[in-house]
Amino acid sequence: MTAIAPAAPVRAKRVLPGFGLTMGVTLTYVGVIVLLPVIALVLKGAEIGPERFVQIITAPRTRAALQLTLVAATMATIFNALYGLLMAWVLVRYDFPGKRLLDALMDVPFALPTAVAGLALTALFAGNGWYGALLQPLGIEVVYTIWGVALAMSFTSIPFVVRSVQPVLEDLDPQYEEAAVTLGAHRWTIFYRVILPAILPAWLVGITLSFARSLGEFGAVVFIAGNLPMKTEIASLLAFIRLEEYDYNGAAAIALVLLFIALVLLVASNLLQARAMRYKGKGA
Amino acid sequence: MRPAAAPGALAPRPDQRVAKALIAAAVLLTIAVLVVPLAYIFHRAFAQGFQVFAANILEPNTLHAIALTALVALLTVPVNIAFGIAAAWAIARFRFRGRKALLTLIEIPFSISPIIAGICYLLLYGRQGLLGSWLLAHDIQILFALPGIVMVTMFVTSPFVLREVLPLMQAQGSEQEQAAVTLGASGWQVFRRVTLPNIRWALLYGAVLCTARAVGEFGGVSVVSGSIRGQTNTLPLQIELLFNDLNIAGAFAAASTLTVIALVVMVLKTAMEARR
Repeated sequence: MTAIAPAAPVRAKRVLPGFGLTMGVTLTYVGVIVLLPVIALVLKGAEIGPERFVQIITAPRTRAALQLTLVAATMATIFNALYGLLMAWVLVRYDFPGKRLLDALMDVPFALPTAVAGLALTALFAGNGWYGALLQPLGIEVVYTIWGVALAMSFTSIPFVVRSVQPVLEDLDPQYEEAAVTLGAHRWTIFYRVILPAILPAWLVGITLSFARSLGEFGAVVFIAGNLPMKTEIASLLAFIRLEEYDYNGAAAIALVLLFIALVLLVASNLLQARAMRYKGKGA
Repeated sequence: MRPAAAPGALAPRPDQRVAKALIAAAVLLTIAVLVVPLAYIFHRAFAQGFQVFAANILEPNTLHAIALTALVALLTVPVNIAFGIAAAWAIARFRFRGRKALLTLIEIPFSISPIIAGICYLLLYGRQGLLGSWLLAHDIQILFALPGIVMVTMFVTSPFVLREVLPLMQAQGSEQEQAAVTLGASGWQVFRRVTLPNIRWALLYGAVLCTARAVGEFGGVSVVSGSIRGQTNTLPLQIELLFNDLNIAGAFAAASTLTVIALVVMVLKTAMEARR
């Protein structure tokens, strides 16, 4: 896939130089680093054949892993959708001491290596950890349960919703809210009928990205999940285990399912993004 | 508590009680979810004093993992900076067919699990992979060695610089650059004198994010590295090994070094936003 700079119809009057060079570099790099390996996976998938593919995917252990991954990612995303909306609202609408620090903290989960997050959460919620010591007497077990899986997924994808909603909320023209007040709308009605529709596409973008990230999360989850087959084994870990067993077909089939879901979510978020931009343009 | 974006006089004034309750909820939740885990990392790393921490860091395998991780970042980040600039120039400054498709292709590493990236690399370069027999015949070792680790890290971090630089270049437009060309500047001069000063903060931030992601990469690297102690174990893999060995203090010592990098990212981003 080391494509040559394409003879695509570039506009006739080009003042700036460097199209051939930069395009050549871009296509070569993306081709070698991204596209070629993905093609290797797709070819492997084609080699497996539909019958064997379905067999692998519907095997009880695979089904359990996929189900756990989807359910835990949904739990994580529900928390992040609400927490992210709260954070975006508070950071945009109110002024209070420590606001900038709070804002900066929102980026931590992206900058913190997932293995570090997994280690910290596991130790925190273990019996002798700060949180575990509080929760275990109440009979709440987090480590080695689906709650732990959801927790790790949630932590690593916190910034998506906040950072998607924040700019749209900032640009929201106050005149719509003013009009609603003049017309006698109640505070809650204004949020529900005026603000929410405007931020909904951006919120959904954040939710989609958060969900996609949770489905793919590995580093943080393997620490806290305990990785018991049929119970707390996520899909990407099962693919990894299949590799270690030299079952390349098994690994490739599971990876393809995850890749397919990821691409669907990527397309969905791009479509939503286009809608969100429409609203963003409305303000100011 | 005033509304931050001072709206018109008619705009609804925030209810004091609601505002206070929401702020309190936001602050308390963030402390519980983000601040406590960060504090806990340092607490555990230094729980037995600085000397134990130092001994844990200086343990040969951990030290080797730190050196390997630094090497991987040093190889990965400059390449991704060059790629980010080249791709941003091509995409922001020219219109061509397939521009959207190219952008989607570049974004793929963002949306797929690093584990899948690792599996892709294994299926390409592994012994049974597409190029496996060719590599074996030519005695080229990519997997379970430095090249594989670096390439997977490049895969995972490839969009980071571009994502910071591209929106900025698109927003700034190309008038200044066109003027420079009209005045007789060469392409390289235009880039160095006009474009680079305009995008330097975004470039720096993208590079820092890329570095943070490169040193923290876990899933993809764990597939292709083979996790050979003292050889192909990067720092995040070393943390897992120490954790599995029940050397929790050692794991936290190693983790605290990576946490410092995450905090630097946080500070730099705040500084960069203040500059805008």
